[in-house]
Amino acid sequence: MTHSDFARQFLEICLDISLILLGIAFFLTVVRIIKGPTLPDRVLGLDMLTSVAIGFIAVIGIDTGFTLYVDIAIALGLVGFLATVAFARFILARGKTADDDERQDLRQIDGDPFASATETTSRTGAGR
Amino acid sequence: MIGTIATILAGCLILAGSAFAAIAAFGILRLPDLYTRMHAASKAGSVGSGMALLALALVSDTGPEALRAIAAIAFFLLTAPLSAHLLAKAAYAVGYRMWPGSVLDEMPAVIVTTARAETPARAQTVQSRSGEAAAPRPNQDD
Repeated sequence: MTHSDFARQFLEICLDISLILLGIAFFLTVVRIIKGPTLPDRVLGLDMLTSVAIGFIAVIGIDTGFTLYVDIAIALGLVGFLATVAFARFILARGKTADDDERQDLRQIDGDPFASATETTSRTGAGR
Repeated sequence: MIGTIATILAGCLILAGSAFAAIAAFGILRLPDLYTRMHAASKAGSVGSGMALLALALVSDTGPEALRAIAAIAFFLLTAPLSAHLLAKAAYAVGYRMWPGSVLDEMPAVIVTTARAETPARAQTVQSRSGEAAAPRPNQDD
C-alpha cells in the first residue's frame, strides 16, 4: 500500500517536471521558428513542434486519463510528416531565393569560431 | 506490485522523454547550421515523444489504448527519418550552405534539379557566387 502511494506521488512529481520541460521545449522551438534565418529552419522547427505536441498529448493523457487524444496524436504525426514532405518538395521547386541569401550569413547570426580567420578556415579545409 | 513498478517506470520514462525533447529544442536553438539543427531535432525529438508515448502505454488501463500508443510510436519512428532526410536533401540540393566550421562535405559536387530550367543547380550557384563570396566552401577545391 505504501509502495503504491509512493509510486503515485512519484508519478505526480514526474508529471509536473515533464510538463515544465515540455513547455521550455515548446518555447525554444517557437523562438527558432521566429528567428530562423531560412525557410528550411522554420520547416524543421514546425516538425519539432509537432513532436513536442505529441509528447504533450501523451503526458496529459497520463495525467488526466484522457487517452482518447492518442488518436489525435497519431493523426498529428501523419499531418506533420505530410507537411514536412510537402515543404521539402516546395523548397526543391522554389530554389534558393535572394531573400534567403541576404539573411543566411550564419556567422552573423550564430557565432563562428573562425570568424577572424576566414582565410585560414578555407585553407585548412582544402588541406583535408 | 506490477502496477507499482509500471507507475514508477512510467514516471522515469516521461522524465527522460521530456528531457530529451528539451535538449532537442535547445539544440535547435543553439546549433549553428540547418543540418546540425536537423541532427538534434529528428533524433532527440522523436525519442522524446516516443518515450512519453511508451509511458502512456505502460500506465493505460486497457489493451487497445496501449496498442494505440505503441502503434503511434512505430509510426513516428518510421516517418521522422524520412521527413528529415527529405528536408536535408532538398535544402542541400537547392544550395543552402553548411556552417563554415564544418569539417566534411561528402557531396561537394552534387547537382539535383527537379524543374528543368527553374531550379538553380548547386554548382552553378557556387560558381556565380564565388566572385562575391567572402568565404568559399571549405572542401570546394578538392
